[in-house]
Order: sequence, then structure tokens, then C-alpha cells
Amino acid sequence: MLNLSDHIVEKIKQAEVLVVGCSAGGFNVVFDLVLKLPANYPLTVIIVIHRSKKFKSSLEDLLNRKAHVPVKLVQDKEPLKKGCVYFAPSDYHLLIEPEKIFSLDFSDPILFCRPAIDITFKSAADVFGEKVISILLSGANEDGADGTRYIKQKGGVAVVQDPAVAEVSTMPQAAINRGEIDLILNNNDIFEFAINLSSIVSKSTKALWIT
Amino acid sequence: MAKLKDLTMMNELAGISFEQLDDVVDLVNKLYGFSFEGYSRASLKRRVSRIMTLYNLDLFDLKALLVNNKDFFEDFLMEVTVNVTEMFRDPDFFKAVRQEVLPYLASFQRIKVWNAGCSTGEEVYSYSIMLEEENLYKRSFLYGTDINTSVLNTAKKGIYDLKKMKLYTENYQAAGGKHSLSEYYVARYDAASIQSQLKKNMLFSVHNLVSDGVFNEFQLISCRNVLIYFNTELQEKVIKLFYDSLCPLGFLCLGSREILRGDEIAGRFRAVDKDENIYQKIA
Repeated sequence: MLNLSDHIVEKIKQAEVLVVGCSAGGFNVVFDLVLKLPANYPLTVIIVIHRSKKFKSSLEDLLNRKAHVPVKLVQDKEPLKKGCVYFAPSDYHLLIEPEKIFSLDFSDPILFCRPAIDITFKSAADVFGEKVISILLSGANEDGADGTRYIKQKGGVAVVQDPAVAEVSTMPQAAINRGEIDLILNNNDIFEFAINLSSIVSKSTKALWIT
Repeated sequence: MAKLKDLTMMNELAGISFEQLDDVVDLVNKLYGFSFEGYSRASLKRRVSRIMTLYNLDLFDLKALLVNNKDFFEDFLMEVTVNVTEMFRDPDFFKAVRQEVLPYLASFQRIKVWNAGCSTGEEVYSYSIMLEEENLYKRSFLYGTDINTSVLNTAKKGIYDLKKMKLYTENYQAAGGKHSLSEYYVARYDAASIQSQLKKNMLFSVHNLVSDGVFNEFQLISCRNVLIYFNTELQEKVIKLFYDSLCPLGFLCLGSREILRGDEIAGRFRAVDKDENIYQKIA
């Protein structure tokens, strides 16, 4: 059973977005994670995966059919909706505008990556500040480490997959080396954490109604 | 190395807020008449923060340079706009143009193509190669426009890094190229120079989608991955400009994740290829 400190629970209560970064070896975890998310999920979920543009993937369609939550590939200037899972399109960086709509960007790759996890993580933190929760998964380079640190600096909650269980440990390890992390979790705990967010965040809205 | 990284990170953190960005946008508009008001702010903020890191400037320095140094503005403009492009980027798109659009264009007496936001010109040359291979180049004329003079100078020269030709060749073949891409350029040292015959029916010129208007009538307008840098209002305005610049039954090509903004104007187009975002003006 996953025990969260009161401090983290307090932070989670006000969260608005969950950003997930993943590269080599993290694909299955993302897949399972999305399938486990309960319907009416109280957060906007944004997932950045490094993937080749050469292969047209129908990942989003497949997940959309199977998952309890709607799953979409981001379209330029699409508004962020609560309870929806968004994937960054391949070969574009994904940014968030202050008006809480998505923006795509075709500037140079960062650490050979487009989409770059760092860019989306930082952009989410710029707009949502401490209302961001991030999860960084397996990967073979250091993308996402700076972004994770930035989210922490802006007061968000940073979760990293335990490098010991990650298929490729470079990415989560880089984030851990770069600075303080709130939770370092194995796969099952990551799933439990993501599912728990649902009750914690919605509880807080109920509490608001009472007062 | 670790230290250097820490420094860049700090600088990036020291980047500007959205409010400060609005100040810079205001200043640039007043000084140089370039309006970035309709630009996507998240992207612009990243670019301006990057310039500050690159030149090691704080907000005060940046503003001072903009006010006092005209040459710096050229660099600023170059860095603030995204100039990344490829030959035959998204091969499936070019294949669709070749198969679904060019046969249709063949029925026009003159084929005028406008590549709006052409950057260093790779896409314009991609179109001219396709038109050449479909025997349409002789009666075609291609316009490449951008707000940036220095990228246009590169486009006019048509000389690219030879290293990039490997990727471009892959793209070209995947796009249904009929020959070998190497037939269209001359390799010398580290450079690939596009054959001069492909530059004959071509003009590169400054045009600002934000402030400039219709300048000709086109059979095909291609503007891919430019609108993503604009907010929805400006996107709508630019789509209207394209509509006004197209001949009846002319074609409009957008980037793969962009959409035709504005319900009224979108209704005046039919989707020729929904996946590749190719439209035809029908009303």
C-alpha cells in the first residue's frame, strides 16, 4: 500500500495537470497507466513519448477504444480538458499557453528529441505553477531531468520511476541526480499513485462544497 | 560539464514571465513595426528566453539592445522565429500532393504556387522537383515568402549542408520521387547546391502574414507549421488571406496538426485529404 505524506496529499489536492514523460523502455508502463485511469479523472493528463515520426502509430486510437478516459493526439490550439489524456504528436514540441490551450512548436530538437519532455514539463509549470504533478519514466537519455527539477522549483510534485525497475535507467536516474524528488516508485506504486490521485483531488472539491 | 549545465538551467529559470514578454513585444512593435501580438505566447516566451541565455542578457539588457542596436534586431528576429525546415518533410504529405493535387493542377494553364513562411526554401525546391517530374514545371511559378531576410538569402542561393541530403533523399524516395534526388543538386565539398534550372521559375521575397495582404492569385498555397506559432484569431485572419489569394478550385496545404480556423471560411473548402490536411477552395 502506498503511503503519502500529508504534505504531498495537500499539494495533490489542488493539482490540475498530470504530465508524464517516457522514452525507451517506458512504453508499456504508459500503456498500462492510461488503461488503469478511472473515468471522470479529475486532472488533465499530458503524455510526452519519444517516438519516431517514420512510423505512423495509432496508439491514441487504440487506447481511446480501450481506456475509461478519452485519449487524444493533440491538435494545435486545442483547449486542455479535465479528464482527458493527451499525447504529444511526434516531431513537434508540445507547449501550453497561459490561456490553457495547447501550442505546437517545430523548433530544433532538444537532446535529439522532438517532442522534448523538458519543454512540456517546463511549459506546464509556467502555466500551472504548483498545480502540476509529473511522472518521469524509463528512457535512454537525460531529457525530462531539467523539466522535473523546474516543476519542483515551481512548487509542483515530482514522481520518478525507480531506476532499479526501469528498463532503461538513464532518464529517471538523471532526474534523481539533478535534484530533490518527492516520490521514487516502482511500477505498481506508480499505477496506484495515479489512481489514488483521482480520489484525493476529487475529495478536495467536495470539501470545498461543504465549506 | 555539470557546472555548465547548471548555469544554463539557472539562466533559463531567469527567463522572462508572460507579462515581461508582453513588454518586449510592445517595445519591438513600437521600435520596428513588427507585431508579435498574435503569436503563440508559450512558444515566443521560450524563444525570447533562449535569446537571453544565448547572449547572456537580462531583461534590461535585452530592451537596451533592442532600443540601441538595429543590427541586434536582425539577430533577434532570426532567433525568435523558428526556421527549421526540410526537403520533402512528411513524405506522405508530398506523396498525397503528387497523387491528388498535381493531376488537378495540370488542368490549369498557369500554375502559381505560394509557399508562405518558406524559411530557407527547402520546401519550395521540393515542390519544384515534383512539378518538374510531373512535367508541369515549365508552366509553373513558385513564390517563397518569409518575414526574415537572412533566411530568404539562403533560400535564394539554394545551397544546403551536404550532410542533410541523406535525410532529404530518404524523404524524397518515401514521397514517391521518380529519379534520384542527387540529380537535382551538385555536391561540392560540404555543400549541396540546387541545380540552377530549378531556380528559374522562382521568386523569394519578404512578406509578413501578420501585416501584408494579397499579392497574387495562386493555384496552390502551402503553409505548413507556420500557423502553430499564431494564436487562433491570427490563424483565422491568415486563413482568410489564403482564401482571398486562391483562385477558384485552388488548393491549400496546412501542417499535419493544424486545422482550418474559422467556421465560415472552413465551410468554403472541401477536404481533399483529411490526414494530410489538403483542402480545395470550392465556394
